[in-house]
Amino acid sequence: MSNHSYEPESFAFTPEYLEKAKAFIAKYPAGRQQSAVMPLLDLAQRQEGWLSRAAMEVIAEMLDMAPIRVEEVATFYTMYNRKPVGKFHVQVCTNLPCMLRGSDDVVAAAKAALGVEFGDMTDDGTFTLSEVECLGACVNAPMMQINDDYYEDLTAESTKAVLEAFKRGEMPKPGPQNGRQFSCPAGGATSLTELKFEGGKA
Amino acid sequence: MLRDSDRIFTNLYGFHDWRLKGAMARGDWNGTKDILAKGRDWIIEEMKNSGLRGRGGAGFPTGVKWSFMPKTEGPRPHYLVINADEGEPGTCKDREMMRFDPHKLIEGALIASFAIGAHAAYIYIRGEFVREAEHLNIAIDEARAAGLLGPNACGSGWDCEVYVHRGAGAYICGEESALIESLEGKKGQPRLKPPFPAGVGLYGCPTTVNNVESIAVAPTILRRGASWFAGLGKPNNTGTKVFCISGHVNTPCNVEEEMGIPLKELIEKHAGGVRGGWDNLLAIIPGGSSVPMLTKQQCEEVTMDFDALRAMRSGLGTAAVMVMDKSTDLVRAIHRLSRFYWHESCGQCTPCREGTGWMSRMMGRMVTGDAELSEIDLLEEISRQIEGHTICALGDAAAWPIQGLIRAFRPEMERRILDRQAKTNAA
Repeated sequence: MSNHSYEPESFAFTPEYLEKAKAFIAKYPAGRQQSAVMPLLDLAQRQEGWLSRAAMEVIAEMLDMAPIRVEEVATFYTMYNRKPVGKFHVQVCTNLPCMLRGSDDVVAAAKAALGVEFGDMTDDGTFTLSEVECLGACVNAPMMQINDDYYEDLTAESTKAVLEAFKRGEMPKPGPQNGRQFSCPAGGATSLTELKFEGGKA
Repeated sequence: MLRDSDRIFTNLYGFHDWRLKGAMARGDWNGTKDILAKGRDWIIEEMKNSGLRGRGGAGFPTGVKWSFMPKTEGPRPHYLVINADEGEPGTCKDREMMRFDPHKLIEGALIASFAIGAHAAYIYIRGEFVREAEHLNIAIDEARAAGLLGPNACGSGWDCEVYVHRGAGAYICGEESALIESLEGKKGQPRLKPPFPAGVGLYGCPTTVNNVESIAVAPTILRRGASWFAGLGKPNNTGTKVFCISGHVNTPCNVEEEMGIPLKELIEKHAGGVRGGWDNLLAIIPGGSSVPMLTKQQCEEVTMDFDALRAMRSGLGTAAVMVMDKSTDLVRAIHRLSRFYWHESCGQCTPCREGTGWMSRMMGRMVTGDAELSEIDLLEEISRQIEGHTICALGDAAAWPIQGLIRAFRPEMERRILDRQAKTNAA
């Protein structure tokens, strides 16, 4: 057995999160409460910042599942953090579309700005830096996800600017960092320029 | 070029209000009750006649898929499951549809549920799309409050609920049976088929699994008529399609265009052309990471549809066009994809679990030329041992990019190996 000193003795959902958990369970048919295991794992992670063994045991109990079945799910999916992560989880995509648009530069800038390598947390517990697979924003590559938001159309400079802003306690505006409108071509739309929406008909 | 008046995703770029009021102004939820009143058989027939082929990659006719569901509901309830686990590298279309046109998907979910006899639809959205899931949930709440969804949806007499289920970071859950396993609260490992989901799907019940785009275009097809949709594109490859153009183009973007548009035209009209001009083009992966790449010469001729791309031994897939100019290290590019498939292999079938890692390691050595010439054949051989020998298509998807590389760019791989050997000998 490895020594996981960070594992807490116990876990309990806060009343607010418990309400949310019940609402998730109600989305699935009676007797199919196991379907709620993913949303409940997500809730526990949102409450604590990561997913402890104690949290998995509580969820297993709530859903009438064997604890090993919950652990199987928690370890199969990459978004569940089985050890503590920083307050801001910086996930840089390096898959092909991002690579073609310069994710090497984004990676280097992120490592330099945070002073850590992939998989590491900063000493003050503020940031964890991870390399991830395609996040599905490929026409806005290169990009990174920080907690729930995407930062897109990055350069080394804008990567640094976003991370420095987080360090100062600011929340920089998510989305494209080069001023373009979402997935519209930079410089202006080549379609959807002639539509008028009137009288309920498109 | 497709006219704006024939475009379905009129808020693709998020210039307009995505909420119910804005969506209705763009024509969503217009006459939904009348569509439902025409009955299940009419809807399925109309979908068949439209020629719509599934937009998730495989291109199976959507109307035909719906017709596989039992005609009457037995003791087991029917389910609609919408695959929003968008994760094929290069693909980012469902995301824009869900965050800027969520009501198209919700309305489509109601119509499709009605057509297959389901009272519940689950949208399985990839976990990283937190904001997109928020938009969907708001849209669902708005539709319910307006009586468009829920009990007696749109006054049709049909009860229908739509739920959002977030994944948690597993590419394999885009495979429909793995998605169903995941939705049941398990590891996302694909099931053997048959039985197919229409017989035994979610909770062992009849289930239809469709891609976001397939469902989201259905209301417009039914409003404007099958003949309108079938009149766009090419025979057997009808309608419009949202293309994602990434990589070495001047203006990467998503755009809805007609099926069958020439690839070169697509790139030059909407993506600002290849960086450095068309002659700077090296290769294009035309349909997401799982399809073989095309050479420049092929790119000059091919049209963007299922049949034309298949004829070139590639595929339309998700219509995610990844453009690579002459500055690209192609071997490194394919190695990166190999790493991806290794990472995403669910571990269930031995050829894929072991083979994806083996191929990725070999491809890593091919990047630097640290290999023997005979290993190119060995790599091809391993890919053939994986292809077709696994439960799901991830093994094939891992094999094809490598096969495509060897087929089109074998001399480059050999050059690296020989250069490396020459350097070693010189030292």
